[in-house]
Amino acid sequence: MTGLAHTHTGFSPSLRRIYALVLRHTYLLRSSGPRILELVYWPTVQMVLWGFITVFLVSHSSWIAQASGVLLSGVLLWDVLFRSQLGVSLVFMEEMWSRNLGHLFVSPLRPFELGCALLTMSLIRTLIGVGGAALIAIPLFHYSIFSMGLPLLAFFINLIIMGWSIGLLVSGFVLRYGLGAESMAWIAIFAVQPVSGVYYPIETLPVWLQYVAAVLPSSHVFEGMRAVLFDHVFRVDLLLHAALLNVVYLAAGFASFLAFFKIARVRGQLLHVGE
Amino acid sequence: MSPSVVSVSHISKHFDKVIAVDDVSFDVALRSTTALLGGNGAGKTTTLSMLLGLLLPTSGSISIFGVDMLRDRYQVLPRLNFSSPYVDLPRRLTVRENLTVYARLYGIINISARINTLSEELQIGRFLNRPYGQLSAGERTRVVLAKALLNEPELMLLDEPTASLDPDTADYVRGMLEAYRKRTGTTILLASHNMSEVERLCDDVIMLRAGKLVDRGTPAQLLTRYGRQNMEEVFIDIARQRHLEITPDSKHVVKQ
Repeated sequence: MTGLAHTHTGFSPSLRRIYALVLRHTYLLRSSGPRILELVYWPTVQMVLWGFITVFLVSHSSWIAQASGVLLSGVLLWDVLFRSQLGVSLVFMEEMWSRNLGHLFVSPLRPFELGCALLTMSLIRTLIGVGGAALIAIPLFHYSIFSMGLPLLAFFINLIIMGWSIGLLVSGFVLRYGLGAESMAWIAIFAVQPVSGVYYPIETLPVWLQYVAAVLPSSHVFEGMRAVLFDHVFRVDLLLHAALLNVVYLAAGFASFLAFFKIARVRGQLLHVGE
Repeated sequence: MSPSVVSVSHISKHFDKVIAVDDVSFDVALRSTTALLGGNGAGKTTTLSMLLGLLLPTSGSISIFGVDMLRDRYQVLPRLNFSSPYVDLPRRLTVRENLTVYARLYGIINISARINTLSEELQIGRFLNRPYGQLSAGERTRVVLAKALLNEPELMLLDEPTASLDPDTADYVRGMLEAYRKRTGTTILLASHNMSEVERLCDDVIMLRAGKLVDRGTPAQLLTRYGRQNMEEVFIDIARQRHLEITPDSKHVVKQ
């Protein structure tokens, strides 16, 4: 008889399937030098640009002079958010570009497991991209973002979770509306950039926009970053705000991805992927 | 009578005002090879997609191996597999990498041995380490079939398994499917436009037109019923709506 004689029954099947998809995208990544280079390229270009702006402003701005790393830290942490969102969306769109979704979803892979694999790949891509740029900043501008210590880890985790959440939402959106909506992957996150206070304090914003900022995990992270750099204080209250919001964001991200997946099954978009 | 592996009951699929599948019911017997036949837009791919769970029916029910596919499809998915010309594999990955990923998704234990076995059976060994996207259409079809056989499925759903293949490769694939079914006793449901393929492989034929099931039987029964020499002529009769009418004395006649 055919069937399950050759298949695993032990080791968590769910983790095994997530690993299979991570492996699929690792194969893709390692087979292409330009892809790896591209991961590091943009964060590095941004870091160099803002590094020189910082060098200039340190001697012309008393605010910057108090904490010369504030702009560079903002750039690098913003890229954590951007790259983590982009990582989820691009890895998902890779499956759409390769018209592979039909095979994936006829296998025992669950949509939730696909989501977990997307998050894992996003983490790997972000570490390569932003990590590379952060290392280059050390000899180039004599600034190490790692000098922030443990707070950096807290900022990183919160930003990456927020990026994942938006990435899942965008991926679901692209699945629902087709590859014609793929530009969303590149532009969606920039809607929150002005309100996140990446390069300036939230109090700079009009009062009504400060209310919007209050519901973004990123704005609490960047406020927390400035507290560390200017006041040498780690604001646990800001971290908790960001973490609680991220619980909601990640749940909403997964829920929207699964809802869009169900709509795709109703509309037949898993087989006929396109514009 | 063999027990049913697939049981479809009154499924319909509407896309807004378009009715792609209209109240179709059928069973697929264990260890049979059943064809879904019909012209373009008849509803073959839509029906297969609903069986696989890639598409949700508007109404009706589907059970495979006795499991409700609309509710518990993940219980069944490890026991089946499929191939389709409308679904591809990642082109930048090599054939071996693609098969490795899918072997892991299906939880195959000895992946290398399984890939080696399949590469011999399907003669894909010489391009195992080439990117899938660099292969010819015939080579890709064999790779997709290898993927469809990775988990030794008890049920295979094949959408146009020999589409875009030259006659020699198509004949090879049909021979391989025949041998595989004989060896393993798997059940096959295939959608095809190729009538010689249907005559050669299938025990049972389901004819669809405009989303409706319009006839069913073994190839021999259909040939007799329509008074034709081959399945291609039967197909044309049905496609041009020269379908059967049952007379009061229960004799079938082809209505022109």
